[in-house]
Amino acid sequence: MSIYVDGTTRVIVQGITGRDGSFHTRQMMAYGTRVVAGVTPGKGGRRFDGPDGMEVPVHDTVADAVAETGANASVIYVPPAFAAGAIMEAADAGVGFIVCVTEGIPVLDMTRAHALARDRGCRVLGPNCPGIICPDKTTLGIIPGSIVTRGPVGLISRSGTLTYEAVHHLTRDGLGQTTCVGIGGDPLIGTSFVDCLAAFAEDPETEAAVMIGEIGGTAEQEAAAWVSANLDIPVVGFIAGRTAPPGTRMGHAGAIISGSSGTAAEKTRAFEDNGIRVAKRPAEIAALVRESLGG
Amino acid sequence: MDLHEYQAKELFRAAGMAVNPGEVADDPAAVRALAGKYGGRVVVKAQVHSGGRGKAGGVKLAAGADEAALHAGAILGMEIRGLTVRRVLVSPTEDIATEAYAGILVDREGQCPVLMVSAEGGVDIEEVAETNPEAIHKLRVDPRYGLMPHQAWELATRLYSDPALARQAARILTQLYAAFTGNGASMAEINPLISTGTGEVKAIDAKVSIDDNELFRRPAVAALRDPDSESEADAKARAAGLSFVKLEGNVGCCVNGAGLAMATMDLVKYYGGEPANFLDIGGSSNPDKVVAALEIITADPGVKVILFNIFGGITRCDDVARGIVEAVGRLEFGVPLVIRLTGTNEERAREILADAGLAAVASMDEVVREAVRRAG
Repeated sequence: MSIYVDGTTRVIVQGITGRDGSFHTRQMMAYGTRVVAGVTPGKGGRRFDGPDGMEVPVHDTVADAVAETGANASVIYVPPAFAAGAIMEAADAGVGFIVCVTEGIPVLDMTRAHALARDRGCRVLGPNCPGIICPDKTTLGIIPGSIVTRGPVGLISRSGTLTYEAVHHLTRDGLGQTTCVGIGGDPLIGTSFVDCLAAFAEDPETEAAVMIGEIGGTAEQEAAAWVSANLDIPVVGFIAGRTAPPGTRMGHAGAIISGSSGTAAEKTRAFEDNGIRVAKRPAEIAALVRESLGG
Repeated sequence: MDLHEYQAKELFRAAGMAVNPGEVADDPAAVRALAGKYGGRVVVKAQVHSGGRGKAGGVKLAAGADEAALHAGAILGMEIRGLTVRRVLVSPTEDIATEAYAGILVDREGQCPVLMVSAEGGVDIEEVAETNPEAIHKLRVDPRYGLMPHQAWELATRLYSDPALARQAARILTQLYAAFTGNGASMAEINPLISTGTGEVKAIDAKVSIDDNELFRRPAVAALRDPDSESEADAKARAAGLSFVKLEGNVGCCVNGAGLAMATMDLVKYYGGEPANFLDIGGSSNPDKVVAALEIITADPGVKVILFNIFGGITRCDDVARGIVEAVGRLEFGVPLVIRLTGTNEERAREILADAGLAAVASMDEVVREAVRRAG
């Protein structure tokens, strides 16, 4: 099984006619994602050409797209100035699962978008995230389908390409995945490590979890405490940013050590104190997962 | 983006806040004139993006205009934590009765702004948070309603038992919240917030950081950027859309993705080397970006080797390879290049590099070990 989405998930794409949106929509459709419509304000009534002769309608509003197609998930590729508005539109239209790939959204915009999503009972993944992929079933976002394979590992990460690096090692070592989730590199994200771990705990096919964290904030520490109190499957961790200087933003808006909190050392300690084995190098992750699954 | 104290105070004044007077100057003669205008005792404060200005000797009291000019002469040009002081702020001294703290941050867990006040001001608030956390009162603000009058009043009463002072403080907290949201700040702080012997409450120091993601829609705030506070490499990286952080080592790193870039630096350290920088070229494989990245890295004389670590997902390896080849053709640099490319169109990328006499390896460990070895 997979978490949050599966092959039956009906997906709309907000920003489907844009450069990134159109490219990734075609990638998703080629992978098998059930993309049922797109939304671009002002371009309603057009058709979007997917791969292999597939096509989907473009609507002016998310509400129209949902009414016409019964979509229950959305992927957002709209520019930063409009992305928080796009999340709010999807939440207001009752879309239950909203993936926001956009990087660079003003944080104060996100405080309002997250508040509305909470009120409407929607789950937001991201923003500033690569999305979610369930091997052989569906992909929402930009994680390349070529690097994943089906298997027993659930993977959660704050990063994009570092996720690919880790998944690549797992796949090459014969350790497939139930679901890989990129939760995003922003300071305010809708879905946390703990949310994903709780979902993996309910999934009978997930036999081990991998958490890829980085400097900044305390999400890894909270996840470590949660694992120790609630989770029966083994967890392997990795923390990026051991060499990052304090007080400096390392690419991701959320990757900044403030004061003494949010350091890689502190997060690594939290993982180890709670029974999570920590890989020293990305290449070690797969070996630790294999060991924790009993060879 | 960090603002200078004098800039932060301007934003606070624009929100209507009571802030002690002050003007900025960049030479001792101008400081003398300002001090003469205010009359009496003044304080001369270095304007640099660094904490600990007082400890470093960048904040001085002067009895009059001559002494102020003398202090300005010493402070201007001084280095504080590697930053050269180019301007000082001159303010009349205040008759301080009490010192408090007020600040706003974005709370990751609550996903909203959080307003913090403490009657223990004028000191490092992080230290108060560690040694005496009960002295800090926090309030999460629902961004949809903003700071409500009763909330501002309640926090103000935590600072002052005298209602006349609390009323002024409530007004200042409301203005602080307005300045925070109205300028797209990620942090806004008054430390200290003082009460005077004559019963006035006002801000005498101010600190504001702007959320970089807000700058595109706030040209007036973006114009506050101090070009002197940014190194040439930082300015170039920003203009090229690259995330760059200079470090002290000799292995120059060029990576796609922030997480992978951090992990690459960590691996350099793991294998006994020292990274010279963090650099994320992002998802684009535009040759101009690769050229800009190489220019920035090679401008650092400490760099002994340049390491490329590219995981092609959506970014195609062959595009990056073309960028590298083009950059190598356009630039001259005397340090070796070690390259790792994996993922989409990896084979084609290797051919492109091989045609240009460059080799690539497939694993991150391998390329990092090689880079560390070459760096000596």
